[in-house]
Amino acid sequence: MQSEVDGPAKTDIAVDLKGSVFTLPVLQIRTGSIDEIESELTQRLSAALAFFKHAPVVIDLEKLSGEGLDFGALLKLLARRDLVSVGVKNGTAQQNALAVGAGLAVLKGGPLQDILAEGKVTEYTGAQKSTEKTRPVSKKTEPLPTAAKIVTQPVRSGQQVYARGGDLIVMAAVNPGAEIVADGNIHVYAPMKGRALAGVLGDTTARIFCQSMQAELIAIAGNFRVFEDQMPADIRAKHTQAYLDGEQLVVEAL
Amino acid sequence: MAKVIVVTSGKGGVGKTTTSASFATGLAMKGNKTVVIDFDVGLRNLDLIMGCERRVVYDFVNVLNNESSLKQALIKDRHTENLYILPASQTRDKDALTEEGVERILTELKESFDYIVCDSPAGIEKGALMALYFADEAIIVTNPEVSSVRDSDRILGILAAKSKRAIDGAEPIKEHLVITRYSPKRVEMGEMLSIDDVTDLLSIPLVGVIPESDSVLGASNSGVPVIHDIESDSGQAYADVVDRFMGVNLPLRFLSVEKKGLLSRIFGN
Repeated sequence: MQSEVDGPAKTDIAVDLKGSVFTLPVLQIRTGSIDEIESELTQRLSAALAFFKHAPVVIDLEKLSGEGLDFGALLKLLARRDLVSVGVKNGTAQQNALAVGAGLAVLKGGPLQDILAEGKVTEYTGAQKSTEKTRPVSKKTEPLPTAAKIVTQPVRSGQQVYARGGDLIVMAAVNPGAEIVADGNIHVYAPMKGRALAGVLGDTTARIFCQSMQAELIAIAGNFRVFEDQMPADIRAKHTQAYLDGEQLVVEAL
Repeated sequence: MAKVIVVTSGKGGVGKTTTSASFATGLAMKGNKTVVIDFDVGLRNLDLIMGCERRVVYDFVNVLNNESSLKQALIKDRHTENLYILPASQTRDKDALTEEGVERILTELKESFDYIVCDSPAGIEKGALMALYFADEAIIVTNPEVSSVRDSDRILGILAAKSKRAIDGAEPIKEHLVITRYSPKRVEMGEMLSIDDVTDLLSIPLVGVIPESDSVLGASNSGVPVIHDIESDSGQAYADVVDRFMGVNLPLRFLSVEKKGLLSRIFGN
């Protein structure tokens, strides 16, 4: 389609460089010990393994506070878990240099709002250059992260619904064997009998709200709880919320 | 406009073929020109239940492969006017079914029939997917026990995701629930799920409950669909299913434990 506009000129352009905004899972490293990282990862990824298969991840070094880290070993570990490491952020100059040496990019930016705000600025400066080939990062390229996904049909056994980048609201039953997953919060206004995983990209502030809690599994940011036999009477079939209190997954009646 | 109705369940042995046979017969008895197709290629049973196994010369796969005409393969039912059977092949497997082939046959059948009933094989593999792909309406057959209900739930999910109507974004398939092998006594004893348990989970309209009955087995063995047995509760329950499907509002029957009379209590039964 584009060739009609560009005409023959297109042939001498081998590549096009464009900007785009992506939401990437961030792996926050809190220790320099590869063993500890490995055991923690095993524990956390098991809850939502399929979602992280071949997922690109950014390694956040903020909580490492300058401690040394063997990037080579870390990359090997992540590769074994089918994760694709793309870069580091919040590293010290020394850490960044090591990361670059290990083949990683150094990324700037924090939460999505900041990047979007930054994007707007780029758009301004970009507009002044007339021969701009790279498209500036703009708000239009990505929907706002607050957009919630609303499901009105029952989610049945074997079905999976994923709200990428936002909340998930389900207004019909989630049956046993069904799985509902969101990067943000999950609301279910009908019997919740399947599995619910909120904050799968690591948002520990995500919550799950159910009108009638009968779930098989509840997980927030990788912390999960399985209801194998009888669910505790104080939450069973009740209005319930689940949230993280530190590492502890709290499921309580509303 | 001819309607394609798939009879499906996910789980095997719940009564899909029995239901297909009686339902198709019931539609034909009401004066609708009806054909029932056996999609269980390789494990054909419908012809046995319909009592026409010795009259099978050409089958569904022969027509798919242009080895015979549709007219040659269709078997006219002996008991009921307006009813035809398209039997499955016993010697082939489900890979013989192709989307283009099935579509061509259904299109041809739509020209001369009011209802096309597709008897699905068990499972969620190719045979079952082909049987439901072109459906306008679906009859979900479930036994009142957890694994059957779970599998029916799965099939409902597949109807909502993988059928042609779902893929084209057309009006969704109209779903109807038939609960078979229902035993009021065992429900009362807590050995079986109740009707409410089943309908709560599947949340689709119920068009009938068929009580567990010896007459179903007898009918299968003699090759006469049980709907012909108007003395039996199962036969009457299937007749009700057809009426409800056609939009008649009837109360559910045969849901409570039969009180045994004095004589049968003395002489046993």
